[in-house]
Amino acid sequence: MIGSDLNIILPEIILSLFAMGALIGAVYSGKDALAPVLTWASAAVMAVVAIWIGISGEGTQTAFDGMFNDDGFARFAKVVILLSGAAVLLMSQDYMARRGLLRFEYPVLIVLASVGMMVMVSAGDLIALYMGLELQSLALYVVASLRRDSVRSTEAGLKYFILGALSSGLLLYGASLVYGFAGSTTFDGIIAAAGEEASLGLLFGLVLVICGLAFKVSAVPFHMWTPDVYEGSPTPVTAFFATAPKVAAMGLFARVLHDAFGGVIADWQQVLAILSLLSMFLGAIAAIGQNNIKRLMAYSSIAHMGYALMGLASGTVFGVQAMLIYMAIYVTMNVGTFAFILSMEKDGTPVTSISALNNYSKKEPGKALAVLVLMFSLAGVPPLVGFFGKLYVLRAAYEGGLAWLAVAGVVASVIGAFYYLRIVFYMYFGEEREDALDKTRSPILWGMLMASALLMVVGVVNLFGIEGVAQAAAATLVN
Amino acid sequence: METIILFAPLVGAIIAGFGWRIIGDKGAQWLTTGLLFLAALLSWIVFLSFDGETQHINILRWIESGTLQTNWGIRLDRLTAIMLIVVTTVSALVHLYSMGYMAHDDNFGHHESYRPRFFAYLSFFTFAMLMLVTSDNLVQMFFGWEGVGVASYLLIGFYYRKPSANAAAIKAFVVNRVGDFGFALGIFALFFLVDSIKMDDVFAAGPMLAETQVSFLWGEWNAANLIAVLLFIGAMGKSAQLILHTWLPDAMEGPTPVSALIHAATMVTAGVFLVCRMSPIFEYAPEALMFVTFLGATTAFFAATVGLVQNDIKRVIAYSTCSQLGYMFVAAGVGVYSVAMFHLFTHAFFKAMLFLGAGSVIHGMHHEQDMRNYGGLRKKLPYTFWAMMIGTLAITGVGIPLTHIGFAGFLSKDAVIESAWAGTAGGYAFWMLVIAAAFTSFYSWRLIFLTFFGKPRGDKHTHEHAHESPMVMLVPLGVLALGAVFSGMIWYNSFFGDHDSVNRFFGIPTHETVDAGHGEEAAAEDHGETAAAEDHGDAAATEDHGTAVADHGAGVAPEGALFFHPDNHTMDDAHHAPTWVKVSPFIAMLGGLLVALWFYVWDTSMPKRVAETNPVLYRFLLNKWYFDEIYDAIFVQPSKAIGRFLWKRGDGNVIDGSINGVAMGIVPFLTRLAGKAQSGYIFTYAFAMVIGLAALITWITLAGGAH
Repeated sequence: MIGSDLNIILPEIILSLFAMGALIGAVYSGKDALAPVLTWASAAVMAVVAIWIGISGEGTQTAFDGMFNDDGFARFAKVVILLSGAAVLLMSQDYMARRGLLRFEYPVLIVLASVGMMVMVSAGDLIALYMGLELQSLALYVVASLRRDSVRSTEAGLKYFILGALSSGLLLYGASLVYGFAGSTTFDGIIAAAGEEASLGLLFGLVLVICGLAFKVSAVPFHMWTPDVYEGSPTPVTAFFATAPKVAAMGLFARVLHDAFGGVIADWQQVLAILSLLSMFLGAIAAIGQNNIKRLMAYSSIAHMGYALMGLASGTVFGVQAMLIYMAIYVTMNVGTFAFILSMEKDGTPVTSISALNNYSKKEPGKALAVLVLMFSLAGVPPLVGFFGKLYVLRAAYEGGLAWLAVAGVVASVIGAFYYLRIVFYMYFGEEREDALDKTRSPILWGMLMASALLMVVGVVNLFGIEGVAQAAAATLVN
Repeated sequence: METIILFAPLVGAIIAGFGWRIIGDKGAQWLTTGLLFLAALLSWIVFLSFDGETQHINILRWIESGTLQTNWGIRLDRLTAIMLIVVTTVSALVHLYSMGYMAHDDNFGHHESYRPRFFAYLSFFTFAMLMLVTSDNLVQMFFGWEGVGVASYLLIGFYYRKPSANAAAIKAFVVNRVGDFGFALGIFALFFLVDSIKMDDVFAAGPMLAETQVSFLWGEWNAANLIAVLLFIGAMGKSAQLILHTWLPDAMEGPTPVSALIHAATMVTAGVFLVCRMSPIFEYAPEALMFVTFLGATTAFFAATVGLVQNDIKRVIAYSTCSQLGYMFVAAGVGVYSVAMFHLFTHAFFKAMLFLGAGSVIHGMHHEQDMRNYGGLRKKLPYTFWAMMIGTLAITGVGIPLTHIGFAGFLSKDAVIESAWAGTAGGYAFWMLVIAAAFTSFYSWRLIFLTFFGKPRGDKHTHEHAHESPMVMLVPLGVLALGAVFSGMIWYNSFFGDHDSVNRFFGIPTHETVDAGHGEEAAAEDHGETAAAEDHGDAAATEDHGTAVADHGAGVAPEGALFFHPDNHTMDDAHHAPTWVKVSPFIAMLGGLLVALWFYVWDTSMPKRVAETNPVLYRFLLNKWYFDEIYDAIFVQPSKAIGRFLWKRGDGNVIDGSINGVAMGIVPFLTRLAGKAQSGYIFTYAFAMVIGLAALITWITLAGGAH
């Protein structure tokens, strides 16, 4: 019995063992000297596990009496999480090494955070949910303040930690309310207890859980940590924040809402719609005032989470499918964008001001074009892939009876287009400046940027077949 | 062979237009001209060897959508064959002529290559025109129709640095759009009622349409009449008939060879061609035909009056064209389509020649176009003079009355006038045409006298340097002169002879006419063997007209290029017109000539005196009946006002205002607000979270959990 359970969580076990082994090995040998090797090795292990999960897994299995699910939905999310994590690790290596930031804890923490995320998207029980969430969060609190001697970085880590603790408190309070009213911590038990019409106490619990999760996806009004943390953290960490944890949190969101509260869709639908609406508009409007590209990307991610929540808010299979597609596209775009941000430097020091991009197209036309494609895609300009992501969630919202939300989403995307296009404007029509950015040195960053931009163009053909995979994944979750 | 005729000009246009940098200026000119001469040669072979039987040549499948099936195909019948030779011959000669005419142009600099562009446009025009005349369905025809419109637009505006040329090009385009709208509606109506836009299906539906009522706009209409009128509106636009004629005189802003090819010989006759092509519909639309007749006659008269007083040599010929197109429509309107085609055919030769001759004069006079500055050019431009003389003799209709000997215009115009007499029982159309014939004679001779006779007027320097045009420009004149002299006499019988020869020429089964109905049974049966619709032939031969009409209702397209309703006897009546009718156009011509001689040779002070004694009439004519001014007041200014209103108030104030208000007022305000909220203090952030939580809980308690 326990043997088959362990078999199901084998990927998580392997990653955990790898992380712990790497930690002990590095502590007792070369310490930071091993960091580059460890980074590469972690990225490789994560990529291999992702491929393994993607290829071998099939069917739906549960372990530990339903605490842990292995289904199509979990596998889809895990592959996206692990691949984006591996990509971010690869991009970090050069940047951090040159700034003396590359400590051996970094890859280890990333791997542990990834394990936490995998548990999150597989959770079938409130306890497993909280375990995964905390494992992920604790690892992230640490990496946020990786630059120990920087006030901003430590401030970012501290803010994240305190507010994260608050959100965990809300989540736990909600979980205990749910347990109190449903009499069970497993999702199966909750959905059975809730039935078609939940009691008010259960709804209170539900709202509190939603708030805790909304903090993780940085949905308004639980978003306020995001810009500060994004700005203060070292850029590779920001890149990581913007990608994998968002997918994990959205995955967990979908799982809780559909697995545990699938019977009372009408109740949580309105909450999610409000969160979605606020996120889209705040993300679009607040980003306009930003000159720091990292803060800008923070607001951008808030807005994008609003769109992903829109898909979820529809409460249908198609909505979950749309959310998955949206997240996969979002992660791909963000990896490329952060590859570019990581390469922005002047005389060896990182630059995050948008105005430094003035006239960038004259200097590096190829990269400027790639960034242009990414910005257009982020803004959702057809025919790039980003447009189709938006199209899916808008359709899901419309078909789910939330036409007003879809209209609002379109309006918000028009407002949001402004700041994406402003970057393009600076690059192509900006004024000549003395302090131009350095030429790119890292082939990895260059490759990531170009590959991401290329995917945005080529993917138009059939989105690499992701539609069918996401559909199958969504079907396993919603029934 | 037909395919080569059709696509040779397109190939020339593409290579000359896009590849002239490779093949060079000269190469582009020779290539397009050579291909056109090839097409012309093949067209003549097709025309002369054509046996009257309609052929369908499929090229490719084009549109398939529901029941709409459209192929690109060639419908080769007599009508097509006539248009083929007209288009390709005139086009080839104009290409050749243009080599000389366009050799130097002050509108372009020395280093600008404008010639390949010109030739590419000319060839493209020819392709579109051929597409129009060979089409086997209405959509393909519309494609050609619009294609010639585009080419016309490009060529009128060829001197794109001249604001007047650009304005004229736009005017031509916009006015044609009005007509095209009617044409398109006609096609839609046909598809709506017949469920097909193939010519054969449409033709077969004529009797059915005549008995169908259809509601359109405010009332119920007879379908055949409605469709015929809509199609004719399209023809009015393209053929510059009254109401929609205003673009044609302005189109003279284009280079003169363009005027000769597009705005005299080919494109403007497309409307006449359309009416003749759709004769199986028009024959069932008597009211529409009356409208055609009336408008054609009025146009012929109107344009002729305006032509009397114009001073620009090209404008005189332009109004003359407008007037002659009116003649053609009258012939079609009274149901004698073959005569309409006859006049179209001969007119193409002599009018192209007049234009090319005028071009030769303009060329020789260094782009001076005002006839008041000509005079006495007979000696300086001897060949041009003789060409113009032949053209004038042809257009005014010089010949020996009551015989079939004369210039081309003599035969075809007299045929039109006789038909008009027969078709309207000597009514309005007939008298309009006879008066117009007198005016035609007057302004044509006026042109000759002012240009070639008398004393040189205007700039002395220009007159001293006036020179005869080069051979490339004179040869086309010579060839066209042959057509202007002989084309009428050679083909008179085919277009307007006795029934048998006309029917044979157009491939119409004999039994559909009255003569055959009375004819011997053996003849009818004999023909029935060759005709495709055998039972149909027998029925018509043995039974009365009523059954013949009913038979058409069964859905068989009438054979032949043209269709004459069994009750249509106009052509016979025209043949039996009294002598005074037959002589009347000749007398009108003589009258016009004598007045012209009196005014411009014997007593050159007369025109001035007449103008001074009738100032109102003179100004009325000089200003073209004030059509442009009226249109300006009724359409152009109100449109501009609406446009200005929508632009300044609608777009500027309302749309831009609200967008700018949101973008520059509200959004930045919210951005500042969001920035302020982001204080950096943890307690603010935590406060926001708790407030958000409290709000959500409250809301779900009140709204969500209430059920």
